[in-house]
Amino acid sequence: MRPFDYVRPATIGEAIAALNAVPDARALAGGTNLVDLMKYEVARPSRVVDINRLPLHDIEETAEGGVKIGALVSNADLAWHPLIETRYPLLSSALLAGASPQLRNAATTGGNLLQRTRCHYFYDTATACNKREPGSGCGAIGGVNRNLAILGASDACIATHPSDMCVALRALDARVHVEGPDGARIIAFADFHRLPEETPQFDNTMRHGELITHIELPATRLDTHYSYLKLRDRLSYAFALVSVAAALTLEDDRITDVRVALGGVAHKPWRNEALEAEMVGQMPDAAVFSRFATALLHDAKGQGQNDFKIDLARRTVIRTLTQAAAATPQPQTRKSIL
Amino acid sequence: MADTSGFIGKPVIRVDGVAKVTGAARYAAEYHTEDLLHAVAVSATITRGKILSIDTEAALAVPGVVHILTHENRPDTARWDLSYRDMVGPPGHPLRPLYDEHIHHNGQPIALVIAETFEAARDATVLVNAQYDVEAHLTDFAVARASAYDPPKRRMGIKPPQPRGDPQTAFATALVKIEAEYHLAAEIHNPMEMFAATVILDADGVFNVYDKTQGALNVQFYLTQVFKLPAKKVRVIAPYVGGAFGSALRPQPSVYLAMLAAKALKRSVRVTLSRAQMFDLSCRPETLNHIKLSADSTGKLTSIHHHAIGHTSAYEDHQETVVNWSGLLYQCANVDMGYKLIKLDTMSPGDMRAPGAAVGVFALESAMDELAYALDIDPLDLRRINYADHDQNDDKVFTSKALRDCYDQGANAFGWAKRSSAPRSMREDRDLIGWGVAGGVWDAPYSPVPTRARAELSHTGHLTIISGAADIGTGTYTIATQIAAETMGLPIEAVTVRLGDSKDPFAAPEGGSMMAASVGSAVQAACQKLQKALFKAARDLPDTPFKGRKFKEVAFRDGQMIAGDVAVPFTDIMTAVERETLGVTATVLSNYLSTQKYISYAHTAVFAEVRVDEDLGVVRVTRLVNAVAAGRILNPRTARSQITGAMVMAIGQALHEETLTDHRLGRIMNHNFAEYHIPAHADVIDLDVIFVDEADTRVNPIGAKGLGEIGIVGTAAAIANAIFHATGRRMRDLPITLDKVLYSDG
Amino acid sequence: MTQVQFTLNGHSTSADIPPWVTLLDFLRERVHLTGTKKGCDHGQCGACTVLIDGKRFNSCLILAVSRDGAEITTVEGLADGPILHPVQQAFLDHDAFQCGYCTPGQICSAIGLLNEGRAESREDIREYMSGNLCRCGAYTHIADAVEAVLEASK
Repeated sequence: MRPFDYVRPATIGEAIAALNAVPDARALAGGTNLVDLMKYEVARPSRVVDINRLPLHDIEETAEGGVKIGALVSNADLAWHPLIETRYPLLSSALLAGASPQLRNAATTGGNLLQRTRCHYFYDTATACNKREPGSGCGAIGGVNRNLAILGASDACIATHPSDMCVALRALDARVHVEGPDGARIIAFADFHRLPEETPQFDNTMRHGELITHIELPATRLDTHYSYLKLRDRLSYAFALVSVAAALTLEDDRITDVRVALGGVAHKPWRNEALEAEMVGQMPDAAVFSRFATALLHDAKGQGQNDFKIDLARRTVIRTLTQAAAATPQPQTRKSIL
Repeated sequence: MADTSGFIGKPVIRVDGVAKVTGAARYAAEYHTEDLLHAVAVSATITRGKILSIDTEAALAVPGVVHILTHENRPDTARWDLSYRDMVGPPGHPLRPLYDEHIHHNGQPIALVIAETFEAARDATVLVNAQYDVEAHLTDFAVARASAYDPPKRRMGIKPPQPRGDPQTAFATALVKIEAEYHLAAEIHNPMEMFAATVILDADGVFNVYDKTQGALNVQFYLTQVFKLPAKKVRVIAPYVGGAFGSALRPQPSVYLAMLAAKALKRSVRVTLSRAQMFDLSCRPETLNHIKLSADSTGKLTSIHHHAIGHTSAYEDHQETVVNWSGLLYQCANVDMGYKLIKLDTMSPGDMRAPGAAVGVFALESAMDELAYALDIDPLDLRRINYADHDQNDDKVFTSKALRDCYDQGANAFGWAKRSSAPRSMREDRDLIGWGVAGGVWDAPYSPVPTRARAELSHTGHLTIISGAADIGTGTYTIATQIAAETMGLPIEAVTVRLGDSKDPFAAPEGGSMMAASVGSAVQAACQKLQKALFKAARDLPDTPFKGRKFKEVAFRDGQMIAGDVAVPFTDIMTAVERETLGVTATVLSNYLSTQKYISYAHTAVFAEVRVDEDLGVVRVTRLVNAVAAGRILNPRTARSQITGAMVMAIGQALHEETLTDHRLGRIMNHNFAEYHIPAHADVIDLDVIFVDEADTRVNPIGAKGLGEIGIVGTAAAIANAIFHATGRRMRDLPITLDKVLYSDG
Repeated sequence: MTQVQFTLNGHSTSADIPPWVTLLDFLRERVHLTGTKKGCDHGQCGACTVLIDGKRFNSCLILAVSRDGAEITTVEGLADGPILHPVQQAFLDHDAFQCGYCTPGQICSAIGLLNEGRAESREDIREYMSGNLCRCGAYTHIADAVEAVLEASK
């Protein structure tokens, strides 16, 4: 860990100023990823801005019937908040599928969005990684890549975004409130994370000096037909090989709204709204889900060790949609898959 | 006086338990002294080649950094390989960290940063900049396979038995036969405690070495040889060991580096390794088994072929007993076995829980399952049909073998009779259900070297048992306490056991399931000797109440020596003889004559239930029943823990564990607990252990066979066989990840 | 150097430390409370679990300075003199450990689980204890211990 200057601002304004003043300053919230990356010398900020004292710990209802979640709300508190459990159980479920109880107590809502890939090469400073060190190459291509991307990757980077929470947020059309030196703005979740292209060092579209202040969830009716299903190499406390957040609404046995987001397969939570739209008006049956899943994975490309994830993702999409349609969401404490 | 009899065989609560649940138990990195320095190793980032230069200037400039050791400025150490050979190391040239510029494997220590604080040492390591002359390396087993060789020097006499009968003809002419290859990935021991050593240099110039080791005496021996120090100057202490599973049998670079630094700086130093560095120490070797089995129509085996290749390092020939079990477990007249090595540019593999058996028996017991299906005979019946009542490998008599009872009692507890034999014939909801069985076997040896223990009775009536042996979580403290308390007729609380100190009586490193039997027997012998000493002291008193009594007439009970109606408390005897303490040391040896005729093994029958999601390939091991025949069970509570613990490790072996190496770099990439998966709580559902009665008066004086290894043997095969029964897919490559369940067949 | 103050196992503790010292290293190396274990130093094993204001955390991923003012309980602070905490006693009774190295973290984690009040079944216990790895494989016995305390508290 490189020695750094530690500041603990009391207001959002002070925090933004403290971040903005130092080009490589980083905001510290739960620390579950940043401190880890600092120990590995992957993150080497010369200034750490501890934002834990900022007033961003609340969850409140919005006038439009949604909720606004403070960036410092812990993953555990968010998962078990009555408003989230009743109105956005998909989010609650995705949160409980992630990490461990200890990590969920520390990890924050804002920090979860900013967690970095779990690619082995990104973490190992003895190897090449364009995300860690632009221009050094991608060790994972042709290397150990079982856990890496099958969609939206580039020749520069095949990393995946490891979050479970973000997969649900993508399905729920969350909005990210950020505040920076130039004021506040709102970023649609779809536009928050980005694909690696030629600049994989940038995970998202935030600008230097900006802070996430809130996540806003719009009002939905996705509280009955939903499920979050995560497949991994052991039954808990592991990152996803593939995860799927699915939610839909039905009227007269026909689909009126459907959302499907994939985790563990791309540099960002993966979703295809155009294909989802094709399911609207159809019966929620196996044929429809299968057609959708096949189309969703149509452009997927394996890297050798992770080729299996293409068919696995297709199967997982079908199963998750089936669970959602039947209103039998996968409980995260239950390991038999419904 | 509390109860003082019948402790052996009772579920006595761990005597070191309170220390462990309160945080009072201290491990190697947890000893402190005023001026302690902290050191962190720098690891090589290439796999093979030479260090051209190491630039330490920037690292030395970090505030708090005291010194950086490299091969260029290290203190003098021994020159000859022999000095680096520990008591259990394999043939070859032991690695000498920081000795010269040569790199033999990725992750080899190349420098040690020593600082006033842990943080300064850790943070300076990244500033050490090595330049290398890189040479070509080979880490890919599949590529190296063609160059397999017979190890020219055998480790501890490990070699396959001579072939018997005419296996080639038997196989060629058999009506029913199977042939297959079984591959197992390299595994890392990964005890929860990371390797560390704290060397505290005292005023007398003695290096007090708190190390993570299964053999304090082995480390002391090694350090005195390497650093050319007299034994009295090096004391190695390891009262608590945070798991080891074989990884702490040999001295690891942590203790070597800590001594190197302490010697160079004449200061007390602690070296702690990182979890990533734990992947550079040792491993279970990657192993390939080739098996051919044939049988007649009744299921009787007509031939067994088992040839294995294990990997070793470029510098040593690590060897383990992989194939011999196949000539032992079943009766068969025609057997052919072979064991070869291949060299890879990795660290030397080492013994890991049931070395050899955990890989070889997996292959044999998977093949037996395949044969059962080829014969259309129940897999358990096939094993009964081929039951071996005699050891054909060595033509010896088993001191005991209750494996039939394991089959019967295990099957009964599991409900095996309700099994529908066809693959894919049992299901519930979306799960395919599979039931599998496998057998397990492990040596029940006596320590090959003498084992010593000391018993000291104080004037207060407190008994202290002392041995240089170790308790790595296995329960040695507790069973030694039980044996001592029962033998001397004292309550458990009146006995203290001291272990893990090199200045104490000799015991071999804690491995191979020998500890309970060897140390247990030594403790018993020491206590019996103490009884005699106490009796003699009492009888020789001028006004002795034991006048005319013989030792065999005396009993030791309730803290008293009793003869007829005379009962005298130990404390009174000690007072009368005016002794502060009365101490004796006993030595036990294996009975050479007995070992010429008899041989001892522990056995198991393991039954597994898996549930496999048919569409997604997710496997859950929902039930495991392990029926164990291991002689006398000294403490069913700690014994059960040893077996269930090994079963958990077997779940990891079967489903999770493998090193993922980038062969272009020769580097293990998943060198952390997030990506090298060991089972978590959620993966372990229902484990049952049955200890079948097995009286054995020949194996050793206390009648116990060790339990450290046997629980893992056969368990992975039972799981793989259950997955076949569930899915119809034969899994011949461990670990069985969900992609293999979905997309591969063998 | 930054000044921090904690209530550590009921006692007020303050120190001047660099901000890059983790809570785990602070406990082990600076105040010599070595009951809290380092098993990976990266939040991947749970051996370093402590209770902060009654909730369980991986102390290896927390900069000590960032928890200034917090109430921290480690395994050393659980027993009341010779009277063990019910979870400690249950671990002893159920032989829920072997080498003992993950044990302090398992115990603190179990207390955190009980405080959360979310675990109702054996299945829940397994999932909500999954942040604590045990290489000796004491899992079923740990679940027995936690279940016993959970049942007793109902």
